[in-house]
Amino acid sequence: MTHNDKMIEARPAPIRTVGPLAWLRANLFSGPVNTVFTLVGLYLLYVLLTPTIQWAFINADWIGTSRDDCSREGACWVFVNARLTQFIYGLYPRDELWRVNLVFASFAVLIAWLAIPRLPFKRWVAIATLLAFPVFAYVMLYGGHFGLPLVETHRWGGLMLTLILAVVGMVAALPIGILLALGRRSQMPIVKSFCVVFIEFWRGVPLITILFMASVMLPLFLPTGVSVDRLVRALIGITLFQSAYMAEVIRGGLQAIPRGQEEAAAALGMSYWMRMGLIVLPQALKMMIPGIVNTFISLFKDTTLVMIIGLFDLLGIVQAALSDSRWLGFALEGYVFAAFMFWIFCFSMSRYSQYLERKLHTGHQR
Amino acid sequence: MLNNNKLLLLASAGALAFAATSVAQASTLEETRDRGAVQCGVSDGLPGFSAPDDAGEWQGLDVDVCRAVAAAVFGDSEAVRYVSLNAVERFTALQSGEVDVLSRNTTWTTTRDTTLGLNFTGVTFYDGIGFMIHRDMGITSAKELDGAAICVQSGTTTELNVADYFRANDMEFDPIVFDTSEQTVGGYDAGRCDVLTSDTSQLAALRIQLAEPDASMILPEIISKEPLGPVVRQGDDQWLNIVKWSLFAMLNAEEMGITQDNVDEMLESEDPDIARLLGQDGNYGEGMGLSADWAYNIIKQVGNYGESFDRNVGMGSPLEIERGINALWTEGGIQYAPPIR
Repeated sequence: MTHNDKMIEARPAPIRTVGPLAWLRANLFSGPVNTVFTLVGLYLLYVLLTPTIQWAFINADWIGTSRDDCSREGACWVFVNARLTQFIYGLYPRDELWRVNLVFASFAVLIAWLAIPRLPFKRWVAIATLLAFPVFAYVMLYGGHFGLPLVETHRWGGLMLTLILAVVGMVAALPIGILLALGRRSQMPIVKSFCVVFIEFWRGVPLITILFMASVMLPLFLPTGVSVDRLVRALIGITLFQSAYMAEVIRGGLQAIPRGQEEAAAALGMSYWMRMGLIVLPQALKMMIPGIVNTFISLFKDTTLVMIIGLFDLLGIVQAALSDSRWLGFALEGYVFAAFMFWIFCFSMSRYSQYLERKLHTGHQR
Repeated sequence: MLNNNKLLLLASAGALAFAATSVAQASTLEETRDRGAVQCGVSDGLPGFSAPDDAGEWQGLDVDVCRAVAAAVFGDSEAVRYVSLNAVERFTALQSGEVDVLSRNTTWTTTRDTTLGLNFTGVTFYDGIGFMIHRDMGITSAKELDGAAICVQSGTTTELNVADYFRANDMEFDPIVFDTSEQTVGGYDAGRCDVLTSDTSQLAALRIQLAEPDASMILPEIISKEPLGPVVRQGDDQWLNIVKWSLFAMLNAEEMGITQDNVDEMLESEDPDIARLLGQDGNYGEGMGLSADWAYNIIKQVGNYGESFDRNVGMGSPLEIERGINALWTEGGIQYAPPIR
């Protein structure tokens, strides 16, 4: 009797079950209905994408300095190119742009430092970012000290202004929002009613109304000679509005923490601020990341509303550029550029929040 | 571009009681001198009148008024703080002292001049509603527009004025209303209407945005009066005079043939009118608290009215608006400045 002691060699899986073809079959052509949908989808993509790509890339003009360099068959990116400095820095004096660059570079370094887990001295960097950096940014951008020429805020604009509005709004609204949320859950009647009234008032009014009041009505109520800078007015309006929203997001998170947590902390003899700071808020904030980032993203986009009070944010400066008589008729290019810039920032915020969620994922998700 | 906003007028009139009591006691000229810059309210972007150029500097016919005032006051046309204002907040900004001159494509009307606590200082541009048509329609006058479909932007007085005009001439029309000027142009380009109507100053800018600008023409009729000019606060006549005469100086300079280029040669001129304007004979700036060379500075740094018009909205600009009634009175227009003497 003979026997075969050789193993049968492993064979690749049948061609029909692996590889791109199998993937296509399983996901796109698994039945007559799905096949039809796939084909219709492909056709729609073709119909939509072909002219877009033609317009944006193939027929587009990239190089030049004036409208005469544009053939008008496709997009005229020459316009965006010629205006790029303005779209980013607004009407900030050209010789002083290094100041803006320095501020944003140092901000990027600080944020990166805080965001990358391996780097040390987190606590000190965080304190520097929150306390020292705003002073530094103000001195650099506004000037008037240390031999830096004064650059008044009406010359600020473009992406720079959008970022300033958004960052100040976010950084200021988060702590105020936390305090308001805690206040609204407080047992003390005066604190509680103040927080409720504040939140309901600011949340009940559209942002555009707040900005409009700050810009049109407020100056009439101030005594002569006293004038608050319009950028400051807008910043205060945005911060108050946003902190009301933030408070409600955070209150939602606070309510999700079981009461036992706080009671257990109290049983250990912790004070109110220790219970909140060490037990409740760390758990709550972690769960609220999607909500908070959602609010941040909507704030980032809401900053375009400052256009109605004559501040040139990214969208505002694009629109102002559209009315330069040397560049009339390139509205589409300008708006596409603005949309793309907004998308980049909102998308990166969204990705970072997803990363944070994964990193802080400690079992509260099911 | 006159937004039909009665609410605003009410609000402004109400707010005025407040502003009127708080009008600065120190003169605007002194405050301006202390600050080192003229605060000038301009638009948030209006082709040919005020818009930032590639280098981020404000340019336009309205902007040149700001620069002329700065040249007269400081001898430096760059000493201006531009504040961009939208149509709604412009009067409040002037009343509250946020700006000292409002040079923002503002139509001079009775209500605005008499109830808002403001004064108009002159007319920089005689505007009015006009019509643009496709050239192949073969029409040469607005009187032949009976039954036409007309693209118009909503919420402007244009809509009402066009309706008035057609009723007065016993004609029918079919209004097609759009929200923004870009949509209006798009609608006209797509053939939704035969005629596009707007202020003539804007028609030129709209025409450039068409796919084929040469296939359209602007009809000669102008059916409404929209005199545009700078505005100042009521109650400071010295400042009113400065703004008023800055414009007159530019008009007089054009009439006398003084330009940015030849103004230095003209200093030697024997003509007594020119000598008075340029401060070579007497000091006509004194009455306004200015130096004798106030007009020289304006002409040297900003140019005369014709140069400004040509550079910003006229044949030297992409808008190519004809001088028309904005020509000097000596050339068939109605721009006329009192003499300097």
